Amino acid sequence: MSKVFGTAFERVCDVLDRYERKPDNLIPILQEIQEVYSYLPEDIMTYVATALGISPGAVYGVATFYSHFTLEPKGKYVIKVCDGTACHVRKSTDIIKTLQNELGLNESKRTSDDLMFTLETVACLGACGLAPVVVVNEDVHGSMNPGKTKALLTKMREGEVECLNI
Amino acid sequence: MKNRTVKTVTIDRAVVPIEDERNLLELCRKAGVELPTFCYHSEISVYGACRMCMVEVEGRGIMPACSTKAEDGMIVRTNTKEIRDMRKMIIELMLASHDQSCTTCPKSGDCHLQKIARQLGVTKVRFKQMNDMKPLDFSSPAILRDPAKCILCGDCVRVCEEIQSIGALNFANRGAKAQVGTCFNKGIGDIECVGCGQCAKVCPVGAITPKSQIGEVWSAIYDSNKTVVAQIAPAVRVAIGEYFGKDPGSLAIGRVITALRRMGFDHVYDTCFGADFTVVEEGREFLSRKEKGEDLPLFTSCCPAWVKFAEQYYPDFLPNLSSCRSPQQMFGALCKEQLTKQLGKDRKDLVVVSIMPCTAKKFEASRDKFKVDGNPDVDYVITTQELALMIKESGIDFAMLDLGSFDMPFGFSTGGAVIFGSSGGVSEAVLRFAADTMEKGSSHDFRQFRGEDGIKTSEVNVGGKTLRLAVVSGLANARKLIDHIRAGEAQYDLVEVMACRSGCVNGGGQPIANNRFAVPERAKGLYDNDKMLQFHVSSQNPYLQKIYAQNLDEHKTHQLLHTEYENRKRIDQDDFVLSEAKVDKILTLEICFGTSCFLRGAQSLYKDLMEYIRNNGLEKATEFKANFCGKQCKKGPVLRVNGKSIEHCTFERAKELIESVIVEAAV
Repeated sequence: MSKVFGTAFERVCDVLDRYERKPDNLIPILQEIQEVYSYLPEDIMTYVATALGISPGAVYGVATFYSHFTLEPKGKYVIKVCDGTACHVRKSTDIIKTLQNELGLNESKRTSDDLMFTLETVACLGACGLAPVVVVNEDVHGSMNPGKTKALLTKMREGEVECLNI
Repeated sequence: MKNRTVKTVTIDRAVVPIEDERNLLELCRKAGVELPTFCYHSEISVYGACRMCMVEVEGRGIMPACSTKAEDGMIVRTNTKEIRDMRKMIIELMLASHDQSCTTCPKSGDCHLQKIARQLGVTKVRFKQMNDMKPLDFSSPAILRDPAKCILCGDCVRVCEEIQSIGALNFANRGAKAQVGTCFNKGIGDIECVGCGQCAKVCPVGAITPKSQIGEVWSAIYDSNKTVVAQIAPAVRVAIGEYFGKDPGSLAIGRVITALRRMGFDHVYDTCFGADFTVVEEGREFLSRKEKGEDLPLFTSCCPAWVKFAEQYYPDFLPNLSSCRSPQQMFGALCKEQLTKQLGKDRKDLVVVSIMPCTAKKFEASRDKFKVDGNPDVDYVITTQELALMIKESGIDFAMLDLGSFDMPFGFSTGGAVIFGSSGGVSEAVLRFAADTMEKGSSHDFRQFRGEDGIKTSEVNVGGKTLRLAVVSGLANARKLIDHIRAGEAQYDLVEVMACRSGCVNGGGQPIANNRFAVPERAKGLYDNDKMLQFHVSSQNPYLQKIYAQNLDEHKTHQLLHTEYENRKRIDQDDFVLSEAKVDKILTLEICFGTSCFLRGAQSLYKDLMEYIRNNGLEKATEFKANFCGKQCKKGPVLRVNGKSIEHCTFERAKELIESVIVEAAV
């Protein structure tokens, strides 16, 4: 199956050249590539391995070691629910459950089949005064509850919230 | 008075002098203390992962012996209560997350975990069994991976990276989810693994083992329509005895022949017969290339793991690879050609089983080039390990067997063929042939190529000619040498490459050696065997001479004894789209991003083309695709424009074709 990456690939070439195709720079190279695609596609990792003269397995090992890297495509809406102490005691778990049920997701499946939504939990966003907090792409939504979350989801589905353009 | 110049360590109350030991573990071994370990192998780097070799160093606490340097005056205890408890606990934790189906495990009896658990008196596991069922990886014809048995010692990862310079296996994920695996969780048979089996050799448990074909061989034996013949490689005969209480290097061929007959093999032959043909063919090829001065150095091609390695990483050197088939395949082709006629049998009813020290030979036998109408020249390949199991399955008391001898004519061989099993042996045999050909009647040994060194180079004088030779074993050494040759820093006429360190005697299918002397002893066994044989130069084999005279004209020789190589993609991966056409597609560009094309500038070609496309407003009408090897490596970089391929592509040539395509589209 062929995948579509757009001219983003030119940026990959630039990143590799800028880091002089040195294996020592693997981590910053992967970080920048993830910024381009929002995840690390297999073919691109193989290309990085070719460019750096290392085995694809070595790139895969690094990419799976750090939780910062993701190997799966993310949805157009990346929903981060804070589950830090303050948000947790204000029932962020209910919000997470609501989203999981609505989107058919679970602990290991974090992106919806239609590639519209990705649900992530984060430890603390440092906005405890607004607890519980949900961040959609870059927008922060405070004092959330399951009802408000469902309403927000409807807005996203109807296209009233700006989505990421990948 | 005490001699102050000698540095010593006190180990369990014994004073031990420090010599050239690299760490406390080696010093302990010298002192007669066998510390348990999973991850320490003298030939690969120290990793310190398994924590079994912990010792107490007075004043410093508990430390891993493998990664602690011996220092003068250290007082070391290896067996305190605390250490014993700790080791037991580690074993119990390992067992709790290990698939403990020991009785049906291919490694049973050779398993380090089994051995150490017993040695430490672990009789029960206090922790809950935690292993989740991970699927087996059947994708490779050479090795079988069973990740549920992996104990994460990393031995396979290091051997693949450090000794073989491939890196097919790596750690992935981390913490409780850490595992040893392949890139993107692909099957090991779908990636750059060359099948050498060195990972299976170092794996302390049953997580990686040679892929067995025992069942298939028994089925063929029990099928009354089939004539089943065996061929036995040289390295097997000096190692299989280790399974039956003999020392490494002791020759067990006579008993093996009798055992095979008892098991039901119809004919028992010698792969060395094929090796004699290899020496003659390769020797002729070598002398002819030396004469013409073309495609030098000549690389040997007997080792299938090396051949796959060359196909993947050194496509530009493929013309230098000898076109000779390996002894296994020469034997298979000759046997199927001649024996089918003699016996009046169909190819499919003549089953050739080869018994090899090697796992990559299983892959070699499965190559399409070695099949006629879909029927392979060699039907099944079993390793030394598998043969030992079959003998045991048959209930044969090996020590009580009479000595048998090979069937003729495919069972007669010279000493030149027998030494193939050791690194340096092929070169020595080819040189003997060259000396015999160029200086009629001269007999030489070429001992400078014997021994355990990973890279051996020497110049020899044969027939008034100076020949420069290099003998390498271990693919990392091969890579090092070839990179020198490529850079013009070294020049050779003949390069022998064996993927496994020390050659086939240390193959991935050989018995698991208990000490580091086993492999050199096996090599010595082969050189001793060479001395005992009647002929030492392959061309003197009378049966070989007869077959050349009666059955092999030039065409047949080429058809049966030679082959071709292919550029090989490292990873089984689909093409991918770099940019898609948004409106009516006029232009489809496909660029190769395989290693060879990449090194020849595919990336800058891509960038120049993208700029051209933008400047000419073609973005919306262009689809740009890429692949990871179009198998045209010598002609890289390769670009296809609407299906038309441009080899050695430059931006100017690409532009020219694109412009003509656009003009066509406009018309």
